[in-house]
Amino acid sequence: MSSDAGKQKKKEKDLIGQIPNGGWLLISLLVAIGLWKWLSINPRTSRSFPFLPEVLEALKTMVGRGVLWNDFASSMISVVLGFVLGFVTSVPVAFLMAWYRPVRYIVEPWIQFIRNIPPLAYVPLVVISAGVGRRPQVIVIWLATFLIMTVTIYQGVRNVDETLIKAARVLGAKDNDLFVKVIFPATTPFIITAVRLGVSVALTTLIAAESTGATAGLGMRIRSLNNSFEVPPMLLYIIIIGIIGLTSEKVIKYLERKFTGWQETRNV
Amino acid sequence: MAGDEKRVKVKIDHVEKIYEGRKGKMVALNGVDLDIMENEFICVVGPSGCGKSTLLNIIAGLLEPTSGAVYVDGKKVEGTGTERGVVFQQYALFPWLTVLKNVMFGLKLKGMNDKEAKEIAMKYIRMVQLEDFVDAYPKELSGGMKQRVAIARAYAVQPEVLLMDEPFGALDAQTRTQLQSELIRTWQEEKKTCFFITHDVEEAVILATKVIIMSARPGRIKKIVNVNLPYPRTQEMKMELPFLDLKTYIWGEVYKEYLEVRK
Repeated sequence: MSSDAGKQKKKEKDLIGQIPNGGWLLISLLVAIGLWKWLSINPRTSRSFPFLPEVLEALKTMVGRGVLWNDFASSMISVVLGFVLGFVTSVPVAFLMAWYRPVRYIVEPWIQFIRNIPPLAYVPLVVISAGVGRRPQVIVIWLATFLIMTVTIYQGVRNVDETLIKAARVLGAKDNDLFVKVIFPATTPFIITAVRLGVSVALTTLIAAESTGATAGLGMRIRSLNNSFEVPPMLLYIIIIGIIGLTSEKVIKYLERKFTGWQETRNV
Repeated sequence: MAGDEKRVKVKIDHVEKIYEGRKGKMVALNGVDLDIMENEFICVVGPSGCGKSTLLNIIAGLLEPTSGAVYVDGKKVEGTGTERGVVFQQYALFPWLTVLKNVMFGLKLKGMNDKEAKEIAMKYIRMVQLEDFVDAYPKELSGGMKQRVAIARAYAVQPEVLLMDEPFGALDAQTRTQLQSELIRTWQEEKKTCFFITHDVEEAVILATKVIIMSARPGRIKKIVNVNLPYPRTQEMKMELPFLDLKTYIWGEVYKEYLEVRK
């Protein structure tokens, strides 16, 4: 039968599709380990890329020294605090900028001005006023995440389809209905994007943030290991930061499906 | 009241709309006067730039006239109101809401509880024959289905005046014909005063009790043509002489305006 023949053809065509996502992840991992192995053998790169057994050894060492967990926890606290502060401040500022033109005209140039300055450049200024310890770390991450998230959410609010607002108005929506029932839900995809960018910026700013005289932290440790030429634990820490990034991306993907897939009713 | 079609529902009283741009003034509407009777089905045709959309937006309360005013049941229009429903060309469905929730949107704003709102919404979803798609999201619907949802949503809040801005303009010819027939049936089932903008003369004649021809630059009413074709109107009528006569006449008038604009 023709449908059988069609199926057969499709099967052959879909060989790539036959491998499940988990399989692809495994393949990706194996290829990465292969590349890593090559980097660890190549005389030009071998000193920067010790291979897996040495890194696992370093894991044992760092746990034995009793610093790994502290470094991880300290960094996570800074990242989470900085990010959360960045988020809760960026949302109202972004909406105010989109809503009131004077706010936009005054604030937007500031944001564009600061946004492209690398955080590492203003770290000393933060330390002078905020001292050392947790506070400057959180402030640096807060500032960096606030800037990127404000810009993203602001663009989202400005992009809300005018006809949706008109449609809501003619159906009887007042200003506060418009905000809660139209502008906010219409902006959620941009808010999710802002969260994604914010988390990424929070992690990439970590090294700068922890150069403020921190006593623990993944970024601080990498710098101190650099001073003592301990390459395997350095690579281990770099891998850990990467894993944190991947994990947060998974969480964001989940939020994205839940809030912007518009596949399921969510306010019942 | 047998003569209910004699009552003025919407009074457009010397409405003028002037846009002030960088290049000077642009007169979109130049003193438009029109009485729309209750339950009349008005179709507005005219070349682009004749201000028909501007006029609809002013009646809806989404735009303010520069001078003049619109009255509904003798009350001056100031801002939007649920007695005036609007169907937009771009559907304007809320993509994060299901078909049911979209149709319930206006009802919930009226303060109805879920049960009541759902009951009324379902009635209108059935009217547009989308009962199998109540839980679908707009992105899962075709253009024709989206516009049906938009019509159901506008009907659900039970407006007395229904304003439609080229609602079938983005649809293919077949879907368009189908929705025209549905709209005629709906309008006969539940009479409303309709104000329907189109650039399709055939569509105007098959739907309207009265066709308004507008001229451009500045936008004003050029002619009002009564369409005395009997109801129920069918697509077959489009092949018959009285329809064709009207269509040819109106098309000729619109075409003259079109040439005028091109000059």
